[in-house]
Amino acid sequence: MRRYIGLEGVCKDYSTRHGSRRVLDKVSFELDRGGHLGILGRNGAGKSTLIRLLSGAEYPSSGCIRRHMSVSWPLAFTGAFQTHLTGIDNLKFVCRVYGVDWKPLLPFVEDFTELGIYLREPVMTYSTGMMMRLAFALSMAIEFDCFLIDEGMAVGDTRFGDRCHVELFEKRRDRSFILVSHDPHIIRSYCNRVAVLHMGRLYQFETIDAAYEFYGSHEVPAPAVRFD
Amino acid sequence: MTSLRQSFAIQRRVIGALLMRELITRYGRHNIGVLWLVLEPLAFTVGVATLWSLAGMANRSPMPIVAFAVTGYSSVLLWRNTVSKCNAAIEQNFNLLYHRNVRVMDVFATRILLEIGGATASFMVLTLALLLAEWVEPPQDALKVIAGWLLLAWFGAALATFIGAAASFSEIVDRVWHPISYLMFPLAGAAFMVDWLPPAGQEVVLWLPMVHGVEMVRDGFYGHLMRTHYDVGYLVTANLVLSFLGLLLLRLAGRRAKSH
Repeated sequence: MRRYIGLEGVCKDYSTRHGSRRVLDKVSFELDRGGHLGILGRNGAGKSTLIRLLSGAEYPSSGCIRRHMSVSWPLAFTGAFQTHLTGIDNLKFVCRVYGVDWKPLLPFVEDFTELGIYLREPVMTYSTGMMMRLAFALSMAIEFDCFLIDEGMAVGDTRFGDRCHVELFEKRRDRSFILVSHDPHIIRSYCNRVAVLHMGRLYQFETIDAAYEFYGSHEVPAPAVRFD
Repeated sequence: MTSLRQSFAIQRRVIGALLMRELITRYGRHNIGVLWLVLEPLAFTVGVATLWSLAGMANRSPMPIVAFAVTGYSSVLLWRNTVSKCNAAIEQNFNLLYHRNVRVMDVFATRILLEIGGATASFMVLTLALLLAEWVEPPQDALKVIAGWLLLAWFGAALATFIGAAASFSEIVDRVWHPISYLMFPLAGAAFMVDWLPPAGQEVVLWLPMVHGVEMVRDGFYGHLMRTHYDVGYLVTANLVLSFLGLLLLRLAGRRAKSH
């Protein structure tokens, strides 16, 4: 069976004090396993909303999302940690949720995070960098067909960045990525398909250069107050 | 696509993972938190029993006062704590929903199971301790106690699902729930036996499904000494209706959950 994720006419509305606001407007695309899609968008274009819908944390207001392959949680996402628990407890939790045995993964997590004894301390004692390393290691510990990446990859020192690069973009090259960012350079180096999210609409282009040209020439105005 | 059977296996696994997570978080590794599970209802039971003895009621009524206090307070925990834990459940656990397998239903089920488990454990330990201390007589019909307790637990689960889901639509629900739960505390059987009320009063309190549950538990404990009033059919019907509405509302709540 074909493995892909497909969005069809996906809309997302949020209610604000000035009435309902459409953040995503009829977004459609398909991505097969192995495809590397970059989505460019400025602040407020709807990138994070799209990631929340793709991961399944939120549902579309209309339209539908078909997942015919496993989709990760947003890469290196630290928000789902229970900070009173240790790093290992959090590893165990994630493994239980995805039905994976945690013991064989421990050496990889120990090696990758370089947390040493802190892996057995509560996550609330971690620095931001330590938390990032743990989050990234957990993302790599569970195997997915498609990884969701919400910018932020530039966090951490260069050495850690390089190791992330190897784990994700080299060792897992055969998987799909959906990378959202406002930075064209990141997307150019990792993706073979680019789309632009502009004011809630997704524009797809034949060539990467055409996408950049469009992105460079479209600004996002501040969300307007509607009086109707 | 996943089959029904696979979904069921995933859900069981996810709820298991959430239970472990909550248990370690709450009762920790260096913490006596789990003791409070029993100490809190014990303090209440002793307090009520003392007040009644001081008032001289214990001599005037054939009712075993300690059994009355322990059934009253423990059963309140079944619906009060489940609801209060579910009211902010979606908001507090939103970030877990980024894991595709974790749904709001699992978050609710986890909290409800933990509260019901805690209340049941405390009720059992407390009853056992009071039996050993000979403060209460053994229940004259233990099966009836268990059946009443399970029906009350079901009611607590259904009420928590319904109110917890409704609370995600508007914060007013949680605000209104607080005074209501305080008012319900004495009304729902912690403070009286239905038999003590005039017929008109009995009719009113018997609208509350939890009153039927408490009366049934008490019937199991000391029904041979006092008249109890309850209707199992009414409680089951109320549970079914509330469960159905609660699950419906929770489905809607899950679809509109959003990050804060």
